[in-house]
Parts: sequence; C-alpha cells; structure tokens
Amino acid sequence: MYSEHGYELLSSKGIKIGDRVRVKRKDGLVVEGILLPRYSISKKPTIVVKLDSGYNIGIRVDTIVDIKIVKKEEVSLKGEAGSPAVMPLIEKTELPAKKPLVAIIGTGGTIASKIEYETGAVKPAFSSEEILEAVPEVGYIADIHAESIMNILSENMNPEYWEQIGRIVAKYIESGIDGVIIAHGTDTMGYTAAALSFAFQKLPVPVVFVGSQRSSDRPSSDSALNLVAATLVAAKAPFAEVVVVMHGEPSDSYMLVHRGTRVRKMHTSRRDAFQTINDIPLAKVYPFEQKIELLKEPLRKRREEELEAKIKFEKKVALVKFYPGMEPEIIDFLVDRGYRGIVIEGTGLGHVGDQLIEPLRRAIENDVVVVMTSQTIFGRINMNVYSTGRKLLSIGVIPGEDMLPETAYVKLSWVLANTEDKKDAENLMQRNLVGEINRRHTYTVYPRWLY
Amino acid sequence: MIQKKIDLSKIDVTKLGLKVGLEIHQQLDTTHKLFCECPTKLVDKGEAEWVVRQLRPTRSELGEVDIAALFEWRKGRLYKYFAPLSSSCLVEGDEEPPHELNAEAVKIGIAVALALNSKIVDEVYVMRKIVIDGSNTTGFQRTAVIALGGSIKIPSGKVIGIQSIAIEEDAARKLREEGRYIEYNIDRLGIPLIEISTDPDINSPEEAYETALTIGQLLRLTHKVKRGIGTIRQDLNISIAGGVKTEIKGVQQLELLPKVVTYEAIRQYRLLEIMKEMKKRGITEDLVRREAKITDITSMMSSSKSRIIKRTISRKGSILGVKLPKMHGLLSVEVQPGRRFGTELADYARFWGGVGGIIHSDELPGYGISSEEVDRIYDALNAVKGVDAFVIVADDYIKAKKALEAIIDRVVNAIKGIPRETRAVLPDGTTKYMRPQPGAARMYPETDIPPLEVTSRLIDEAKKIKPPLPHEKLNELVSKYNLSTELAKQLLRDVRIDLFEKLVETYRSRVSPTFIASLITSTLRALTREGVPTHNITDQHIEEIISAIASGRTTKEAAEDLLRFFAKNPESKIDDAIKQLGLGALSKEEIIEIVEEIIGEMKDEIKQAREKAFKKIMGRVMSKIRGRADGRLVAEIVKEKINKILADSQ
Repeated sequence: MYSEHGYELLSSKGIKIGDRVRVKRKDGLVVEGILLPRYSISKKPTIVVKLDSGYNIGIRVDTIVDIKIVKKEEVSLKGEAGSPAVMPLIEKTELPAKKPLVAIIGTGGTIASKIEYETGAVKPAFSSEEILEAVPEVGYIADIHAESIMNILSENMNPEYWEQIGRIVAKYIESGIDGVIIAHGTDTMGYTAAALSFAFQKLPVPVVFVGSQRSSDRPSSDSALNLVAATLVAAKAPFAEVVVVMHGEPSDSYMLVHRGTRVRKMHTSRRDAFQTINDIPLAKVYPFEQKIELLKEPLRKRREEELEAKIKFEKKVALVKFYPGMEPEIIDFLVDRGYRGIVIEGTGLGHVGDQLIEPLRRAIENDVVVVMTSQTIFGRINMNVYSTGRKLLSIGVIPGEDMLPETAYVKLSWVLANTEDKKDAENLMQRNLVGEINRRHTYTVYPRWLY
Repeated sequence: MIQKKIDLSKIDVTKLGLKVGLEIHQQLDTTHKLFCECPTKLVDKGEAEWVVRQLRPTRSELGEVDIAALFEWRKGRLYKYFAPLSSSCLVEGDEEPPHELNAEAVKIGIAVALALNSKIVDEVYVMRKIVIDGSNTTGFQRTAVIALGGSIKIPSGKVIGIQSIAIEEDAARKLREEGRYIEYNIDRLGIPLIEISTDPDINSPEEAYETALTIGQLLRLTHKVKRGIGTIRQDLNISIAGGVKTEIKGVQQLELLPKVVTYEAIRQYRLLEIMKEMKKRGITEDLVRREAKITDITSMMSSSKSRIIKRTISRKGSILGVKLPKMHGLLSVEVQPGRRFGTELADYARFWGGVGGIIHSDELPGYGISSEEVDRIYDALNAVKGVDAFVIVADDYIKAKKALEAIIDRVVNAIKGIPRETRAVLPDGTTKYMRPQPGAARMYPETDIPPLEVTSRLIDEAKKIKPPLPHEKLNELVSKYNLSTELAKQLLRDVRIDLFEKLVETYRSRVSPTFIASLITSTLRALTREGVPTHNITDQHIEEIISAIASGRTTKEAAEDLLRFFAKNPESKIDDAIKQLGLGALSKEEIIEIVEEIIGEMKDEIKQAREKAFKKIMGRVMSKIRGRADGRLVAEIVKEKINKILADSQ
C-alpha cells in the first residue's frame, strides 16, 4: 500500500502498521501516534499517523528526518471501523417462543460490512451472530440463519452468479424455510431480482432482496431498517414473490416492497433510489410498527404452490442502447460473435435510426431474437404509430411492451436458456410471466415531480 | 461540615492549580459549504422538506463503541430535519456523498495557521467524529486537522501554546425537542468552521478571556469569517489540581468566559470537598451499593396532597425512593452559585432516566409533602433522619428506576472524585451535565473524501491572505491611520474591523479614519445601549452614510441620526433618509443667512462681550443648524461676522 519509498523507510527500521511511532519532520514538527495503512493512493510517498486525539494526518516521507518506534503494536487494528456497534436492547423482553425461520444470504452487500484497515477493503461481517449484534430487532421477528456465499461488488455480477445464488435459494426453500433474504449490492440488485423472478415462477415463500444506499459504516445507514423490513417481509408477508425491499422515502419511515421484475435503481445515491416503474409497488412496510400494508394484489400467495425452479441463463444476450449516429457495425459485431438475443433500448415508442434496419434484419435472419424496449423508461412500446416502428415490426423485431429494458434483457437471457425454439422464445417475450408486463397504465404509475 | 453556601469572595480559583484549554470555533465566510455547493447562509422561510431519521452507533477504527452514542440510540430518539431548499441539498440530507473538501476553507485555515506559527500537515485527512445527538444527519461530524503546534501572545504578554487547527463542518441548528423527536434546521450544517485548540496553558479566568479575545481578533483580521450571534463559539477544557478535565460546550459570549472558568473551578473544588466529607463520614462504595436500595413507595404516598405525587399516581406512574446512607445535608451543598449537589444528581436523573426531576430529603418538607410523610419515607427506606439522605422520583416505573440507578452511580463516583463529563453552559455561566465524555474512539476516516495534498501552491496562496497578529495590527492602525491607541483597541475588538478598512480605503481623503472608526465602534455601541435596534444596521447602511458625507450630501454631525433611522427603517435609501430627517447639508449661503439672523438678535451682547461672545453664538447657530453643516465651516463664518460687527462698531 505504501509506495516503494515510504515502505523502504519503514521496513528498514522494522516499523509496522499498528506501531506507535514518533516522527520528526524537517521543519521541526514532531508527532506521535499510531502508524496506519493508507486507504487511498497518494502521488507522493506519504505516511498516515493517527494522533492521540483520533485525527489522522499525512506526512510526506521526503520531509521526515527521523522516525522511531515508541511502542510495538500499540494496537491491533481490528478492522472494524464504522461497523455497527453491538447493540444491547433497551429492555430485555421475552422473545416469542415460536418464530419463523429466515435465511439471509450474503453476496457482498453492505448490510453489516467492516472496513479492513490492513487492506482498506470493505469486508462483509456476516455470521448470524454478527447480524444479530448489529441489528438486534431482527431477532424479535425471526430466527435467522445467515450464510455468506460470495463477496463481490454488484457491478461484477453476471448470469453465472445469478445461477449460483438461485441454486442456494432453491436449496433453502426446499428445506422448508419461511423466507429467504438476499443481501445484495444495490447497483445491479434489480437485474438479479429479475433473474430470480424468472427462475422461480412457482414459489411457496418470499424471496427478498435488500441492500443499503448509505453504507453500514455510518450511524445514518439505511441498512438496519431495510434489513428489519426485509425480515418482516420474508417472515410474515402473505405473498410468495421475488421482491426488493428498500427505503420508500428519504425518511426512516417506511420501506417499499417492489416486484423483482418492475424495480429499477432510479438515483445514484438517495435512500429511495429503488422505485417500481410502470406499476405501483406491491406493499409498504413500517419497520417500527412491524406492519406490512399491501398496495396491490400479489401474484402468488404464501404456501400455495411448490417450488418450481428453472435456474439457467444464456450469456450471449446483449442490451444495446440506441443513440443518434449509432453505426450499424455494432449490431453486425454482435451477430458475428454468435449472440442469440439483443434487447434494444430504442427511442420513444420504440425506434432506431434507419441505418440499423438492415443489420437488424440480418440479425433476425440469423436467428437472433431482437426485442424493442424504450429508453424513456416510462410508458409502453408501440411500433404501429410511426413508419420506422412499422418497418421494425415487419422485419420481426419483438415489441417489449412496457418491460424495463433491464428486465427484458434478463428475461431474454432466461427465455433463450430455457427454450429451444425461436418462435416459442418470441412468444414468451410477449407474454406476462411474473408481472414484468403490465397491460394497464393508470395515471398513478408515473411520478409527479415536485414543483 | 462544609459550608452549604459558596462564598465567592473567599475562593481564589487561580490558587487551585487551574488549567484551561480553549477550543475556538469560528464560521468561515466562504462562498459555499465545506462539502457541497450550497451557500453558507441561514434561512427560516421558503420552500423546504422535512426528513425523519434515526441514528445507530457504529464502531471506531479500533473496534470501540462510543457510550454516549449508544445511549442516544437506546433512548429511541428520532430526528426531524427541516431542509430549506435555498440553503441545503442532498449532501446535507445525507442522500448524496460529500463533494471534495472546499479548498477555500482550507486556504483560510492555513493562513491562520501560518499566522500562529503552526506547522501544516502534508496531507489533510477528513475524519468522521461520531456525534449522535442528531445535529449531523450522517451521525458524525466531518473534521480534519490541518496544522499542529504554534502559539499566540496575549495582551498580558503571556504566550499560549496552540495544540491543533482543524477545519470542520458546522452542525445543524436545533429548533426544538418534543417527546422522542428532536428537530433541526440543516441550513447551518456544512458551513465551514475553523477550530483552534490551545494547550492547557491558561491559568486564570482573565487569561481565558484574553486568549479567546486575541484569537477571535486574529480570525477577524483574515476578513474571511462570519460575524453575528452564534458564528463564534468557545468550548473549554477545565481542570484543577486533583480534579478532572471537564469539557464545557458552547459559550457564545466572550464576556461569559471568565465566569464559566471560575464556576467550573469552584465546582471541582466543592466536589472534592464533598468527597472529603463523604470519606470522613465513612461512606464507601460498598456501603452505598449495599444500602441504596430502590424502593417502591407508591401505595404509601397514595393519599399525599403533593401535586407532583397526585399527578403521577393518576397517570399510573410510580413513586420510587432510594436511601443515600450518611449523606444527610450533602445534597444541599452548593457546587456552583445556585446549583447544589442535588442539582447535579437531578441532571443525571434527567439524562439517564428521562424524568422531569427529583425530590431529595434536604429540600423536604416541601413540594406539598408533609413532615409526617417525610418521616414515613425515612422509615420505608430504612433511613435515619439527620444521618441519611434520600431521593424520590415520581414518573413511569422504568424511567424512575433508571433515574435512581444513575443517581446511585453518581453518588458512588462522588467518593472516587469527579466524573469525566461534557457539560453545557447556562446563561448565567454555570453549567449542567450534558453527557459522558466521548473518547478518541469516536473518530474514524471519512473514506468518501480523498485526502487533500497540501501543495506549495496552496501554501503560497494562503500566505497572501495571512492575517497580521492583533498587536501588529494595533500598531498599524495607530501609525497608518492616526487613530488613538484607545480607539484602535476598540476597533480591534469590533466585528466590523474589515468594514473599517474597506471604508478607509475608499473615503480616506474626504472622511477621517478616526471618524469612521468611532462611528463603527463607540457610536454604534452607544446606540445599542440606548436600545436602538442596531442589529438591523448593515455594512451597506454604514457605507452609504460615509459615502454621503464624503460627497457633501450630508454632514458628519448627521451620521448618528442616520444610523438611528436605518436601525428602524432598514429598507430605506440613504437619500430618502437624509430628506426625511432634514439632514441635508446646508449651502454656504444658507449658513450665512442663519448666522446673520442670530447675530442680528445678539448685536448688543457682541459689542459688550466682544470675542467672548463667539461660544454663545456658535451654540445658538449649531442648535439651529442641527447637524446640517460642518462645524468648522460654521465657526469660520461666525468668526468672520463677529469680527465684521466689531470692526464696524469701532
């Protein structure tokens, strides 16, 4: 972590991270404190010292005239900075004797992560004990069984990981558990939620995705309340669907339950970044009151059917956003590389520039399934209104209805992995399987902006 | 037995081994906030959002948890944030990560550090300091040390060491507290502050005042700091020999500092005396833990006439009592003027138990509790009147129990010495318990903000705005502007010194610096004393007045009346003010006319008294002119006219 110069200086004196050192600078400044690892890259070799006041400061190595160890291993850095404190409850109350059993599967989200000071990495803290220590409220709702199955940033997710997560979820459901929670990084949580929605079209219990928009290394983190709400849904919700549970507004008041096929991260940083698009959320959860309020009729009720899992995804599917001036070779490239499906994020009602019509015709003739969605995000595809749309329909582009482009992409990946026939695939793309297509848009499914 | 009352005249706190360190927090006048692009201004009105949050404690880098933080969470607190759109954005709302550290603020900080001979760090690390009272939406205050060491000389000649200089974000403004909700306005959140911490080199209340004054002056001389109530705040760390370093938060008035220091030294001294007395009486931790049993006396008190008791019982609350063995009389011992040891216990009961207050044996009978009832309470608690003391609390059972547990702990700690506390200052300079002192455990790195490299370019830029030291400035004011030392000193203490320099620069050739300085200092102060709402007077008002004098549209003599007018009509324009008050400067012809009129009435007197009549005539003329002309010019005309009459009469 230290650049070469800094590291040489320290190691030549036998100084290690965690030692208490006294550093003298050229200009006479003398500081004493604990040598810390860096958590960011610096242009000039610099060491970081934690003063007794708790402050960290940086001192450039080329200004140091003397550095001495005052005490070896003054502290062992436990690597838990900012991780949630162990929270003794206010009053000891009797826990309910019989509680639902919920599995919590960790994939690398920040529900209970710790900063590791040796490497600067954020490590998930994920034993059941650690979760209960950090969010004791969970223990009042359900017995939990926690397991960390992978530790990846959500941008590194891929269809293989979806399958891996899906298999473990299926294993838990088959063991008779009352609900499954998947802690997931927020960036691509919507994709994974959609993937499991298609994989588990018959489901006896809820599968709940949860994450946090403010990491758990801060007192204001949304992770604890999101987890409490997710636990409530997993343990007690009357429905059995794949959902995402996240904050409903900037306040810590209620969380929203979004259907996995309809949810989209709509903001880079707000707590309420997750929203249901082209529909209304499934339910509201009030974590303090421990209440779930249904906002619409669920697709499936809890314990009505046995699990039916088809956990397979096709990798050779692309999601391509059209932009003015886009060159046809981009489509040609995909076809030549053997892609089996392309979801296009077209303009408006579902259009692309004329220059793409020929390459798309070629793609379809080569058995590639091409599905049209809209980059407007809100609203439905209608390719009958303008001539470009009609041309696209005539060459065999499938209108993606009001599906989110991301959901259409995941769906196509699932469809192509689970059907042999292209015609079947095309039909499935136009059928509503798990709430991904909504044929009726009322006025209420579009946000009203606040001015 | 110790005296119950404090005799202030008999305690010399400088003989108690007093050590004081100051932490001065001053808002910087930057164009935008420390971690976002919001303006640094406070607003109460206009479009706004409300957000409600809870905060949960987290662990420090070393794995420790701040007990104060944990405590607030356990209280089940909820925080309501008022977020005015004109002065806060998603960053203050903790809905967007912080932007990079505002370089302007760092530059000002470095400039001050240079003036204090402090050593600048090579890389600035922003830290998160856990503050879980809700005053920061994140649950921590972002703060960064930029320099270490240095010193400042105070007027007495003593040199006070500087420990560190930090740049940090100001907290949200507390609006009100209601039940489990605390409301804040987040307009102030994120305004840059400079924090200057001194070494504990201060040994008297006066030195504390002088140090704060001098550092405050230095900060103002940057011309980059905010002014007005609440823009500068002092925290103190105070200890006496055998005492403990106590943190006192939020002194806003400089004048209160010596009192705060004195009263805290006295508090520690008195607590040590109480400790000695307790030891003398043979009170041990063991004894207290054994005999201080919390007892429910609700049913026994059911027929009490006391309103507090009756109200509690009607609300299904409980009356709990605890015996404090051998503590008779000690609860009424004053630790600060008007605050007794019992008051300290009550603070703990309020904080840890959330109760309204306590009743103790040293103040009974009282509160409607009869002496018979007092006797029965002694009996019920197994206590002996005249030997033991007791405390009762009337509230919900759980709250009352927690309150009494906290009291038992506090009494046990009294045998050991003085507990480490953070205390809040009260308007009279006394203090009350705020919370236990947080440790360094509450600091961990802010990983969302990259460290800022202090480049030589940044230091060069800071050098350009480095403020002069106050005593250097004093000399400059005297030599460069010809101010009297007294006036220069007044000006140095004044928040408007930057305005003075700006006005002198522009108007010096036509309006004397001495006039501008005394208008800004003594004239305004006199008006404030009179009760004129001078807080309405802006820099622009003052500049307009000086400008009107410089251009001859009004006179120096009119300045005071114009200030008075602006204080009451802050929206007015200067020319309207001059017109409305009839304070326009008279032309020479008009002056001559007035002089001639008065001289005409007094011709005979002049002939008798000759030159001696001048004073009398001047008086009459000036009272008629009422500030509408320059006195020198009037005197010239009067003299000329008298001489003419005298010459004519010869």
